[in-house]
Amino acid sequence: MRIYFLTILLLSSFLSLSQSCHYTLSGIVTDFHDGSVLEGATLIVAGTERNVFTDFDGKFMILNLCNETYSIQVSHPYCLTKGYRIKVSGDTVKSFKLEHHLDTLNEIIIDGRIVSNQSKTLQEKTITKEELERFSSGSLGDALASLSGVSSLNTGNTIIKPMINGLHSSRVVIINNGVRMEDQEWGAEHAPNVDVNGINKLTLIKGAGALKYSGDAIGGVIIAEAAKVPFKDSLFGKTQLGLASNGKGTFMTSQLTKSYESGWYGTLQGSLKRFGDFETADYILSNTGINQRNTFLKVGLNSFDYGFEVFYSFFKNEIGILKASHLGSAQDLFRAIESDRPLIINEFTYNVFSPKQEVTHHLFRVKAYKGLGELGKFSFQYDYQKNKRLEFDIRRGSDRGNASLDLELDTHTLMLDLDANTTDQSNIKVGVMGSYQNNFALNTGVRRLIPDYDKYDFGAYLIGDYRFSDHWLFEIGARLDYTEMNVFKFYRTSFWKSRNYDQLFSKLVVEEFGNQILTNPKLNFHNGSGTFGVVHNFDEKYKIFFNYSLTSRIPNPSELFSEGLHHSASRIELGDLTFNLEIGHKLSFTLERKNESFSYSINPFVNNISDFIVIEPITANSTIRGTFQVWEYRKTNAQLLGVDFDASYVFKESLQFNHQSSIVKGLDRIRDEALINMPPVNTTNEIVYYYSKIKNLRLALQSEYVFRQNEFPNTDFEVYIPDTETQEMVEVSSPPPAYHLLNFNSTIDFNFSEKSTLTVGFQITNMLNISYRNYLNRMRLFADDLGRNFLLNIKLNY
Amino acid sequence: MKKIYFLTKVLFTLLLGSCSKDNKTPEVVNEEELITTLTATLVPEAGGTPIILTTRDLDGDGPNEPIITVSSNLAVGVNYNGSIVLLDETKSPADIITEEVEEEAEEHQFFYTIGSSLDVTATSTNFDSDGNVLGTEFLLIPNSASNGLLTFTLRHEPTKPNDGLSSAGGETDIEATFTIIIE
Repeated sequence: MRIYFLTILLLSSFLSLSQSCHYTLSGIVTDFHDGSVLEGATLIVAGTERNVFTDFDGKFMILNLCNETYSIQVSHPYCLTKGYRIKVSGDTVKSFKLEHHLDTLNEIIIDGRIVSNQSKTLQEKTITKEELERFSSGSLGDALASLSGVSSLNTGNTIIKPMINGLHSSRVVIINNGVRMEDQEWGAEHAPNVDVNGINKLTLIKGAGALKYSGDAIGGVIIAEAAKVPFKDSLFGKTQLGLASNGKGTFMTSQLTKSYESGWYGTLQGSLKRFGDFETADYILSNTGINQRNTFLKVGLNSFDYGFEVFYSFFKNEIGILKASHLGSAQDLFRAIESDRPLIINEFTYNVFSPKQEVTHHLFRVKAYKGLGELGKFSFQYDYQKNKRLEFDIRRGSDRGNASLDLELDTHTLMLDLDANTTDQSNIKVGVMGSYQNNFALNTGVRRLIPDYDKYDFGAYLIGDYRFSDHWLFEIGARLDYTEMNVFKFYRTSFWKSRNYDQLFSKLVVEEFGNQILTNPKLNFHNGSGTFGVVHNFDEKYKIFFNYSLTSRIPNPSELFSEGLHHSASRIELGDLTFNLEIGHKLSFTLERKNESFSYSINPFVNNISDFIVIEPITANSTIRGTFQVWEYRKTNAQLLGVDFDASYVFKESLQFNHQSSIVKGLDRIRDEALINMPPVNTTNEIVYYYSKIKNLRLALQSEYVFRQNEFPNTDFEVYIPDTETQEMVEVSSPPPAYHLLNFNSTIDFNFSEKSTLTVGFQITNMLNISYRNYLNRMRLFADDLGRNFLLNIKLNY
Repeated sequence: MKKIYFLTKVLFTLLLGSCSKDNKTPEVVNEEELITTLTATLVPEAGGTPIILTTRDLDGDGPNEPIITVSSNLAVGVNYNGSIVLLDETKSPADIITEEVEEEAEEHQFFYTIGSSLDVTATSTNFDSDGNVLGTEFLLIPNSASNGLLTFTLRHEPTKPNDGLSSAGGETDIEATFTIIIE
């Protein structure tokens, strides 16, 4: 192919010698997306050694061309380099459009709509820097929950897990600066280890839209990225300070970037956050403080043809768990639920005691790319993540103060990608990935929640799209993965026998230790995933997206290996060694209207998942510690159906109305009952007043209404209470009533000097200070959700 | 495919020096704060054969249920000095957990729950340094011939003092129920 190309080039250069060549090719180079002119783009005429640059208006002129077909390569620092075949006949005018650079080192995505690494045929939603800054005091999950179709599964108010169209944890993949997060994300009470202040843009894809990274995002993909660095000599940054009344919290974040015209750049960021005990409308939530630190450093070089970047980030989080939620048996659970107020309420403190979590996450990444001329662009990425998770329970004796759970997860990933140079209409990307992961559970004197394992993954993908015309774009992609796990797991002998594993898996036994058996399961999985989609633009305003995606997920360590008491949930959880792949088929359709005054999007979807792994109660088990409900993972076929709706209407220049609502229904098709923990119907309406003439004043009043979840599986169970000598129903499943919150948000800008702006923000959440409980908060059984909060936020850009 | 996979695996193991962890089997975790056995010994004040109440659950939160035994019936007119011993019998020799509980008396309390049909009085006879109930020792007085349930509950970090189980909070470490017959 290459030889063929070279021959043509060679021939054309020979030919050019023999003709009269005094024609001119002129035109303009513009941005494919917004039509803005591109200054400083380079046009190289293949075989002639000639190159010209576009001027300030994006215009160029190439003189002395012949009447023939030329290969012209057009490039721009921010854009993907493209090759064109241009037939010159007489003086010719031709305009070129360049797509934003898709894969620069600086970031994964510049324009949400057209991105190399993710699907083009799934509508996605983005959260910009300005919106993210409003969530500086919160978490990634808080910011994401502001999008329609995203809810959060909370444990208290600092452990916020994003939930996309009803799915979460292992079914949602988070890509942080080009790296798939590996941070024990299977746990429903494990928050993502990403600092909301370290990212500049968040993109949500409600489907398997990032085959480059994974084929198992049954729920969706979240892409977090740091700011891109411009190609110029510059030094800039921002510092943000905040104070919050609820939890008496303070936070600070600062970021500084130095860049050079030569393409070298460096960014250093750091943030600190500290909150004490939060409070509801009526009482203090004892032991709910948080102490968070984050920093990142990146250094790199970007140039036309090659580049590299080194990125390192450190994240540390210490999170208190509501003291009153720490329970023993089902009898304790009954008493805690029966009580209107938490059974333990102490004085406010910043100190965090057991039960608590302490997590550190290191992420190191090296990335480099090199243009391979006509072949395309080749990139290489190696990343290393080290996740250390400590969970502290209330312990006795010499173990006091020691962690009950101490997990160390190391992941190395190598990715090689080729972004092939193809025609104007199409793109092809292909790549391979290999990763090695080791989980090491330290002996804490408490049986390991998940076992030690080594995991190897090898994957390959191919994604292509074809722009049929200005109105139609087709996309197709496929990915194959092979995963192998080598596990060392101790089983309780009584459990091993009760499950008949002594018959089924006798070969796995390594050694017997009293009442425990050491086993060595070796598991391997082959998965395939794929996506097919179409986008059609009717005109400037209307667009439809259609996408089908096939995803397959291997069971996570908790689903496979759990067998014992899960303290924070005060229940016994049982996994199943025989689980295989979970396969999802998602059909998603979006109608989008975009216009200056009235925009909306309607996004219905259906997600059918076979061998869906759910955990649900099966019985109650008596132990010497009292009765515990036994929850067992089982397979079923699930169906999730729903619609997300967004609309905005601009009354006049300064006044806008925004609406969002989403509904999702989850069905267990084998049992014919509702799935647990599905987000209730919710609707958010907001009036925004914006006036650019008075210092960009922005005032917003938001109403958030969450209905009661009426569809849920009944998992209540009876337990004997000795005090009253009665069998009592432990109501763990009934959802709380509907609630309505009012929030206020304002910002104003003051220009200090030419280069620095001071932005002052003031927010009130839960303005009416109502008491409410959220169905998707695991702490709802014990305490109300947060009361009113005043938040002052000062940001200086320089 | 297999070959490529194998090569990648070799590359990775070499690159990352991770092969050392592969063949190392993890050490067994013997649960340190496990309580497998509760024994309440009731010694008649005037002397005689003690009555032993035992509940034993050797697989902890595993699927097997605890085994509960009561050595004999109680008699009206006899006062019993009771003492509770907690053991972890998965260790050899067995760990005596009661010692830890008594060392951290301020953070522990035994509660006695008496079924309505059972006519006995149980009163704690030992206390923590703040003068609040600890309850590993107690006095049991049978009032009349009857039978019913007697439950011992050990709470870790309850609110002390308190008005009883339902509002004390904390975490239940032990809950042992015995059927008692008073003759």
